[in-house]
Amino acid sequence: MSARIGAEAVAAKGWPGAHKWLLLRRLSQISIFALFLAGPLAGYWIVKGNLAYSLTLDTLHLADPYVLLQSLLAGHKPERAALIGGLTVLAFYFLAGGRVYCSWVCPVNLVTDAAAWLREKLGIRGGASISRKTRYWMLVLTLALAAATGTLAWELVNPVSMLHRGIIFGIGAAWVMVLAVFLFDLFVSHRGWCGHLCPMGAFYSAVGYFSPLRVSAARRAQCNDCMDCFAVCPEPQVIRPALKGEQQGIGPVILPGACTNCGRCIDVCSKDVFSFAPRFAHRVPEKTRDIGTPGLSRSSHS
Amino acid sequence: MTTESRQAASAARRQFLADTAKTVCSVALLGAALGFHAKKARAVPATAIRPPGARAEKDFLGACIRCGMCVRDCPYDTLKLALPEEDVAAGTPYFEARKVPCEMCEDIPCVKACPTGALNKELTDINQARMGLAVLADQETCLNFQGLRCDVCYRICPLIGEAITLEPQHNARTGKHTLFIPVVHSEHCTGCGKCEKACVLEQAAIKVLPIALAKGELGRHYRLGWKEKERAGEALVKDIIDLPDRLPEAKP
Repeated sequence: MSARIGAEAVAAKGWPGAHKWLLLRRLSQISIFALFLAGPLAGYWIVKGNLAYSLTLDTLHLADPYVLLQSLLAGHKPERAALIGGLTVLAFYFLAGGRVYCSWVCPVNLVTDAAAWLREKLGIRGGASISRKTRYWMLVLTLALAAATGTLAWELVNPVSMLHRGIIFGIGAAWVMVLAVFLFDLFVSHRGWCGHLCPMGAFYSAVGYFSPLRVSAARRAQCNDCMDCFAVCPEPQVIRPALKGEQQGIGPVILPGACTNCGRCIDVCSKDVFSFAPRFAHRVPEKTRDIGTPGLSRSSHS
Repeated sequence: MTTESRQAASAARRQFLADTAKTVCSVALLGAALGFHAKKARAVPATAIRPPGARAEKDFLGACIRCGMCVRDCPYDTLKLALPEEDVAAGTPYFEARKVPCEMCEDIPCVKACPTGALNKELTDINQARMGLAVLADQETCLNFQGLRCDVCYRICPLIGEAITLEPQHNARTGKHTLFIPVVHSEHCTGCGKCEKACVLEQAAIKVLPIALAKGELGRHYRLGWKEKERAGEALVKDIIDLPDRLPEAKP
């Protein structure tokens, strides 16, 4: 591993080149806040509401399908505006990658990225071992609670909706929850909240299970094993099969829904191994090699 | 399968089951705590009033997604979203009558703005809203009960003469004046809270309370004789039954 994550990439591509997707992501997160805050702070009502439901320019309905699903299970059928909004958002994240929500939109990402960055700076290692599968159980729990209590029980404590609503409508004591998430990620568990516990992330990884837009280790042959992508990735377990699976006949596209399409691996790779690619590029290497020799088995390459 | 690989598979299976049990138990513990919290969160303080058209509290908490659209479209900044430290379910809209009452907009923008139907769109006439019920809670301090002509709650009421009327009563203290007693009529009161806001006392004598808290209910078997008589068009009991007089026995 290089002395500092991404140092090689900075040397090879320059600082802006090695932070392109990170900067775009921050721009996306900040722009979303700016749009939501332009109304209450400056009186420009482009967008009204918050991430649970918003109305843009009095025409575009957008709603969070996760909160609507809780509402449905609690026994309430949302009306047309919310349903249209929910389906629109569902379609968008299906196409763009479910957890694009996590890395490009969610306000808590700024908090947990800051914690991960500081954790790296301070050299904090180890911590509680929490299974990454916990979040799927959390998802089951939040949905079961909605059904059992007939109310949106999770929304009473959900730090994600609490932070976004708080910034737009007044934060109150919600900062305590946000601080708790930050400290948890900093001291207790590396990428603990977004990578292990958050049921919203679990929901959106399910939404993006078959997403056509993925990150691909297309030029994996150039990999020099610097390990920077593993160090920087919030879900490093998704990289290995795509990056190192050529011998086993595994394609280069990172398929798991847990990948947030954040693009940090693209940034920190000095060899330009990674790039955004369509999902169906997964089998391209085999096909190109098979041209002209129909029936040639894959095993001949391994 | 060889003995070694079978043993390895068995160990892996055991590890998997142990890990899953650990995760499920931790999550279930959290769930139990959150479940109790959610149950408690259904109790709204009596001073917190939901917007017009809000469904019954339990249904409302399942239908409201905390988007704040009603708050944004309220032209008088009456509505606000509950902060997590407040006693109202976090993120849900409410108002406090004594601070800012509902101005009862004719077009009911808050209900129109609601995307989920937590505020029921069947409410199209704001006079039919039942956000709560005004109750003249304290007769000991209400100025009209003292024989003064304050009348502020009566005059501020958007349904003047309907939701609150002034009922004349003999003033026994002076012996020659009239008390004008404010009386709230639940068939008209919308619970807007303008009376509570306007009450001139340090602490309002008239308060808007949740209907379930404010309203009594007759036993279902109960019949009021004079109403039955009106309905039947004649007395239900034909002749007055003359019961024997039972006078208390004279004490020595």
